[in-house]
Amino acid sequence: MGIFGNFNSKKKENLDKGLKKTKESFFGKLSRAVVGKSKVDDDVLDELEEVLITSDVGVDTTIKIIERIEERVARDKYMGVEELNSILKEEIAGLLEENNSADVSDFDLPPSDDPYVIMVVGVNGVGKTTTIGKLAYQFKQAGKKVVIGAADTFRAAAIDQLEIWAQRVDVPLVKQKMGSDPASVAYDTVSSAKSSGADVVIIDTAGRLHNKVNLMNELSKIKRVMQKVIPVAPQEVLLILDGSTGQNAFEQAKQFTKATEVTALALTKLDGTAKGGVVLGISDQFKIPVKYIGIGEKMEDLQIFRRREFVETFFEK
Amino acid sequence: MFENLSDRLERSFKLLKGQGKITEINVAETLKDVRRAMLDADVNFKIAKTFTDNVKEKALGQNVLSAVKPGQMMVKLVHDELAELMGSEATDINIKGSPAVLLVAGLQGSGKTTFSGKLARLLKQKRGKNPLLVAGDVYRPAAIEQLKVLGEQIDTPVYTEEGNKNPVAIAKAAIKHARQAGHDMVIVDTAGRLAVDEEMMNEIASIKKAINPDEILFVVDSMTGQDAVNTAKEFNDRLDFDGVVLTKLDGDTRGGAALSIRTVVDKPIKFVGTGEKLDALDVFHPNRMADRILGMGDVVSLVEKAQEQFDEVEAKKLQKKLARNQFNFNDFLKQINQVKKMGNLKDLAGMIPGMGKAIKDVDIDDDAFKHVEAIIFSMTPAEREDPSLLSGTRRKRIANGSGTTVQEVNRLLKQFTETRKMMKMVAQGKRIGNPQQGFRN
Ligand SMILES: Nc1nc2c(ncn2[C@@H]2O[C@H](COP(=O)(O)OP(=O)(O)OP(=O)(O)O)[C@@H](O)[C@H]2O)c(=O)[nH]1
Ligand SMILES: [Mg+2]
Repeated sequence: MGIFGNFNSKKKENLDKGLKKTKESFFGKLSRAVVGKSKVDDDVLDELEEVLITSDVGVDTTIKIIERIEERVARDKYMGVEELNSILKEEIAGLLEENNSADVSDFDLPPSDDPYVIMVVGVNGVGKTTTIGKLAYQFKQAGKKVVIGAADTFRAAAIDQLEIWAQRVDVPLVKQKMGSDPASVAYDTVSSAKSSGADVVIIDTAGRLHNKVNLMNELSKIKRVMQKVIPVAPQEVLLILDGSTGQNAFEQAKQFTKATEVTALALTKLDGTAKGGVVLGISDQFKIPVKYIGIGEKMEDLQIFRRREFVETFFEK
Repeated sequence: MFENLSDRLERSFKLLKGQGKITEINVAETLKDVRRAMLDADVNFKIAKTFTDNVKEKALGQNVLSAVKPGQMMVKLVHDELAELMGSEATDINIKGSPAVLLVAGLQGSGKTTFSGKLARLLKQKRGKNPLLVAGDVYRPAAIEQLKVLGEQIDTPVYTEEGNKNPVAIAKAAIKHARQAGHDMVIVDTAGRLAVDEEMMNEIASIKKAINPDEILFVVDSMTGQDAVNTAKEFNDRLDFDGVVLTKLDGDTRGGAALSIRTVVDKPIKFVGTGEKLDALDVFHPNRMADRILGMGDVVSLVEKAQEQFDEVEAKKLQKKLARNQFNFNDFLKQINQVKKMGNLKDLAGMIPGMGKAIKDVDIDDDAFKHVEAIIFSMTPAEREDPSLLSGTRRKRIANGSGTTVQEVNRLLKQFTETRKMMKMVAQGKRIGNPQQGFRN
């Protein structure tokens, strides 16, 4: 027991030190490690590995990035620090799917006769309802006519929560009672939006863990039912990922895509210290663009995702 | 896309198996895999490194004798180290005060409100307490309403102050009210907050100061990634909480965050949330969790859970039948009913040793039972007793009778045979799919 006890306290101490140690900026280390060298040395790569892993990028994607950098450096021979720094971020950002609509025209929609239906999905507590409130606000600001549908009929007070958002933003809400059929709410919402000539419909759904088969089937059904009103609906399936989620986000993207063909991602809670790096691999593997980021709890706290800025944050403390 | 930690460790150890002794090289290879598995499981970067360094030190420091296979030795080392990190014993919450005051804190969306409801239910139903829930989230739209709805479902009063935006004052008043109304437990739900939000962190510190809780629980989503250490550390620095609650474990996350948090704040994990319903709350057992991570199955949990539901005599009969391979469709039906009572199927199956891997990619659908039951109900008593009677023509008749197809009937038969095989092994104490036997005894 004695040995164990000792060992343990020493271990704790080391660990604490490791976590507390104020980090020299990555850029600083990079300069030291790269000056006068013709290839990226192990120190830089180790440091890069740590930066990426602790940003939740994941092992596979981290290895992929490191290989890309090594290749690039081998090909282009000598590089200065600045150059290397910039190439590094370029290579990382390169994994992210280009988000065609954004960057240029914020919160614009493709022209169409029918309302543009956005179905919002994700696991419990990631920020679906809040993102819907924020999105509705942005679309409204952009002069669009918005309708939202309360198809989370399961969670306690989910409908009330969305209703408060609808009032805040001042857009109509279509709802039924708690416990009613979510597909029927979605159907009602899309029908009412169509007949009233709305531009955008946003459908809230109950949070669900992606390994629950029944609940995932329910999503597919909600989707199908809306197509009875607008055959191409939903034009967008927005998967919300919590920025502090680790590698499980992969499984989320996979299963939600299987059930609903996710077309875009939104990453929430980036106002915290979590980096959300897991979207690099997800975007790369599933070819889904990240469209929005949530940076707070207020109505205005939603931004269009910008790849380069996002990658920059990995290297900030 | 990733194998889980236990799959990976199993594979790593297989690499070691068959080699006579532990050398620097084969340990390094194995531990690289272990480290990678830990990172895939969201164990913090530094903790994973420290962990593997420690195991390596121990492995190399030990004399390898031919009596123990290197693989077994490594399993033991990794297991011991992991179990040690997870903490040694299950720790209870402090409910002694009068009233005992419990404060619930955590990030946005981690599951605080649902947990508060579950805990109130547990204390009420299993410990004879008379709890009061307090709605302290005055910010998120309809958060108060949410707690009210949960309170109604478990028939527990919820203290709210309409229009009051000061959670410190609300919490204080709630305790006063609890005393007057004769509650012996007060559970204070709070708004989700980020650790970097100075103002909100000050607020929760003030709540703590004002109500002096007997127990502070930090609620964290089990899917959290690398940031778990920072958040847990910050909340702990401000609140010096007593325990951790790990939510949404009914998902398929490997939950490495549990390990990270446990290591970095040195506080026990006390509860785990395993579903959206209010009865989906379990006490956390550190040792079992370590076993489970290693794919050795949470046998004890399974047995306990089953015991709550099973009639003991029934169970003995079944055990015998299983061992003799006499398990038939009547038993199968009974099993289905028992299992349905027990809750999440996949969860439960995952506790059976070796099954975690076997069912990883299998969809277990609770509704799927409807068809199964229909098929079995369409069998004659003789057929249910003796499945070997089921010829092609009989299968066709059953398919017609149950409104299914012959394919479905065949599939069920196959499933049944496999289940029977597997259960026989379990009944005989064999560990399926895990070659590393022996050291647990
Ligand atoms: N700090 C921060 N909090 C956020 C952000 N987006 C959402 N939240 C908070 O996260 C919590 C959960 O958000 P909800 O919108 O209710 O999440 P949901 O996915 O609809 O949850 P369920 O319907 O319960 O599955 C709330 O407290 C929100 O205020 C964000 O970008 N930053
Ligand atoms: Mg919601």
